[in-house]
Amino acid sequence: MNPKEYKYTKEHEWICPESGNKGKIGITNFAQSHLGDIVFLDLPSPGTQVKQFEKIGEVESVKAVSEFFAPASGKVLEVNQAAIDEPKLVNEEPYGTGWMVRLELSDTAELDALMNSDEYDKFEAKAQEEG
Amino acid sequence: MSHHYLLPDISQPGKIGCSLPELDVAPAELPAGELLRREVGLPEVSEVELVRYFTALSKLNYGVDTGFYPLGSCTMKYNPKLHEDIVKLPGLASIHPYQPVESVQGALQLMFELQEYLAEITGMSATSLAPMAGAQGELTGILMVKAYHQNRGDKARRKILVPDSAHGTNPATSVMCGFETNAVPSDENGNLDFKSLESMMNEEVAGLTLTLPNTLGLFDPQILEISRLVHERGGLLIGDGANLNSVLGKVKFGELGVDCVQLNLHKTFSTPHGGGGPGSGPVCVQASLADFLPSPLVIKNGKGYTFTSPAKSIGRLGAAYGNFGVMVKAYAYIRSLGAEGLREVSENAVLNANYLKEKLKAYYHLPYDRTCMHEVVFSGKKQKEKGVKTLDIAKRLLDYGFHPPTVYFPLVVDEALMIEPTETESKATLDAYIDTMKEIAREAEEDPEILHTAPHNTPVRRLDEVKAAREPDLRWELGK
Amino acid sequence: MPSPYLANNDADRQAMLRDIGVSSVEELFKDVPEKYRNANFKLPSPLSELELKEEMRQLSNRNANLEDYTCFLGAGYYRHFIPSVVGHITGRSEFYTAYTPYQAEVSQGTLQTIYEYQSLVCQLTGMEVSNAGMYDGSTAAAEAALMAWRITRKGKIAALSTVSPRYLRVIETYVSGHSIPLEKVEPNLDGLSADCACLVVQQPNFFGYFEDMAAYAQKAHGAGALLVAIVDPVSLGMFKSPADYGADIIVAEGQALGNPTSFGGPGLGIFTCRKDYLRQMPGRIVGKTVDVDGKPGYVLTMATREQHIRRERATSNICTNEALVALATAVYLATLGKEGLRQVAELCYHKAHYAASAIAKLEGYSLVFQQPFFEEFVVRCPVAPSQISDVLFKEGIIGGLDISDMIDNGMLFCVTEVNTKSEIDRLVEILGKFRGIKK
Repeated sequence: MNPKEYKYTKEHEWICPESGNKGKIGITNFAQSHLGDIVFLDLPSPGTQVKQFEKIGEVESVKAVSEFFAPASGKVLEVNQAAIDEPKLVNEEPYGTGWMVRLELSDTAELDALMNSDEYDKFEAKAQEEG
Repeated sequence: MSHHYLLPDISQPGKIGCSLPELDVAPAELPAGELLRREVGLPEVSEVELVRYFTALSKLNYGVDTGFYPLGSCTMKYNPKLHEDIVKLPGLASIHPYQPVESVQGALQLMFELQEYLAEITGMSATSLAPMAGAQGELTGILMVKAYHQNRGDKARRKILVPDSAHGTNPATSVMCGFETNAVPSDENGNLDFKSLESMMNEEVAGLTLTLPNTLGLFDPQILEISRLVHERGGLLIGDGANLNSVLGKVKFGELGVDCVQLNLHKTFSTPHGGGGPGSGPVCVQASLADFLPSPLVIKNGKGYTFTSPAKSIGRLGAAYGNFGVMVKAYAYIRSLGAEGLREVSENAVLNANYLKEKLKAYYHLPYDRTCMHEVVFSGKKQKEKGVKTLDIAKRLLDYGFHPPTVYFPLVVDEALMIEPTETESKATLDAYIDTMKEIAREAEEDPEILHTAPHNTPVRRLDEVKAAREPDLRWELGK
Repeated sequence: MPSPYLANNDADRQAMLRDIGVSSVEELFKDVPEKYRNANFKLPSPLSELELKEEMRQLSNRNANLEDYTCFLGAGYYRHFIPSVVGHITGRSEFYTAYTPYQAEVSQGTLQTIYEYQSLVCQLTGMEVSNAGMYDGSTAAAEAALMAWRITRKGKIAALSTVSPRYLRVIETYVSGHSIPLEKVEPNLDGLSADCACLVVQQPNFFGYFEDMAAYAQKAHGAGALLVAIVDPVSLGMFKSPADYGADIIVAEGQALGNPTSFGGPGLGIFTCRKDYLRQMPGRIVGKTVDVDGKPGYVLTMATREQHIRRERATSNICTNEALVALATAVYLATLGKEGLRQVAELCYHKAHYAASAIAKLEGYSLVFQQPFFEEFVVRCPVAPSQISDVLFKEGIIGGLDISDMIDNGMLFCVTEVNTKSEIDRLVEILGKFRGIKK
């Protein structure tokens, strides 16, 4: 199930707000199951400034490449080296150990533009039907 | 029975696979030590061990000479053995590209005549044999379109339109040339959606790329309207000739309004695929684009044959003239067949494909139930409902001794199976294939597990592609 | 006469037409606009196998081939000895009639031989990874320049003026697509501008001599650019690879390794680079893995870089990998092996130096460059090289490349292990006839 405290984008990314205007981001369970076994993560380096909804990286599986968009604007504080070393973490625990980037958010109001977990549950169900 | 050892496993010091002559001149002084290499880390193997090793490896392979190879869009037709002998003639194999032109008049004659034949076959004015593969031929086409518009002083045309069913090389090539690509959707009949094209074709568009017939194996009957629309709005019609086998010796692309088209000698013109090359991708153009062709072209003048550079050439594509060794085989093919023989190729290819379509449509979903050309696209969606994917069907075909068709292309068809029998297959082979496909359809209903775990009878079974991508092992290393 | 390349007869065709439900093949072409359905093709009448073989033999005889003629021409394509083993392996139809190994279970022959090829060229060049091959040396160099541009995100390519002029023109064609300027720099350059993505060098260079790779590596890296080196692969049997000096990408023309000159094609673009840049490397790559039973096997891997998945975002549009040519190269390198390639290189070196010394002693001739060289050297001739070529040709010799457009009366000679002492002596004797002739 999609975690209640997270917020979600239409491109199937999630953001988990943390104290001190920070946020952890990753891809949803729907995204990882559609990509299949993930083999490589291309993530921005710490210090990079990112803008909401802009492409900041790529997630590669054997047969597909998916663009990874920032759910919110801010500065990259760190990336999840464990997931970079073992991309299967993103498949196994997309909301936990498979997180990808931690940001320092520049404008927490941006999160209002995202879906909450109920809205995303519905969005995901519809996407399942169409897919 | 696969091969678990590699060259380092059979390498032992003091062995060699070939004898070499002694030095017959006084040795010169060697240069400074820091320039010299201490040793070359290559294996040491005797000739007999090498031959056994590579022979064993060859037996793990399936080629056209092994059996039916109906890969859609690849045209895996039979490769005549005569051509393999001809290309080894010393005057064709052992000539240097930079020899004086007077000393290679035979080679230049072959190239000149091939240029003419391909122009005639496509109904165009001029040919460049320089592109070394289909993808490089496509690159050439797009670069010429870019040069054409720049030459007209038209800097606004930054886009290329590409059908959504197109081969991946089409958008990749356009981007390599600095264009943006926009996908034109297909309609429910598998043709280009004309209304969409009308709304997308404007003064920002340099051209429309079109595979004829398209990658669904269907000939778009709107071709003349499409051509007129594109030209009316100042664009060019860029043909991808990958599917020429369907209309070879019958239809001239030039007459349909195509401005340039790249061909694949390793598909349509019977040259072998080699396990992934070498190929050859000549480009034929209308007179309006002839000045932009890559350099050099072969011309004939009073003194014989020689090279020339077109007035506004887009430049050189390689250090020589294209894949001459492949051209020799295509030339021989055209000389063997003549106009009549070329026509028989497409007629038999189209007949074979339609026969497969009729016989298999009761068992596999046919997204477009209409006459196809040289290839037919099915969908594995009926079998998908039973939990069997097209991938499983493909792998199960291997157990029956057939090479699978192309799978998962074009992208516009779900669980696509693209079957191209070519003209060189017999009805008996097609019937055996049909029976096998029926059997697999039955297995999908009654015993899907055997499909999920296929293949069972091949030298190796399904390979872990995820492991290969996550833990790249791309070479062995010898101790330094 | 029925075609031997069609496996159906009329009875088969009639049966199929019946099953389809049409009375003639013409009906199957109904989607083609009628007016254009049956064009007229003006092509020569077909020839039988017997007739065609004879016709091609005569065509072949109109070319001066390098088995009948002595050859001192190189400049990127080399007449080296090809061991018989090579042709017998590449002539096996399981190899040459196979397609790209997308169905890995029945393509282990192709895949394992490519893995061997990748390994062998890495061993040869000293680089960490190789792809499965590209079209030829010049396009490999062009793709290397584009790769450097993608990696560094800097907007200009620099190349030494001592790189083969044809290679420079090919690089130009490729980078112009992205509107990237190509700047030619001189060997004695002080440094590179900060906007250079790479410096392209050739070792030995087009004129045959070795340049200071360490200095170039330092200048390139100092400016935040990559070092792209084009090498003569046979020279690596004797000389250090640019890898030892910090080159980032090494490319080469593989024709010299087990392939006939073939009028310049097909060739093979050898492409190797540092492991860090693996994901930016264009072309196909074969990787080792295991199957469901744990048996070792090989697959095409990292396909997400390629055109059939990435489409617009591909690292290149390339599809082919010149597989059969790469196979020949792999067999050649395995056949010669550690000692054989060294021996071939040394034979080329000593014979070339013997020729160069003898020519330098002729009145009116001089060696243009004093730096160390491998198998090629530039001679300044007493008369126009074209005059000399004509006389040599009449004597059954193909002379060096006329480079008088770059160096006054300059001729680029190449001597390989195939040239004998008596051939070299004969060359010197004929050249000697031009000494003292005034221009």
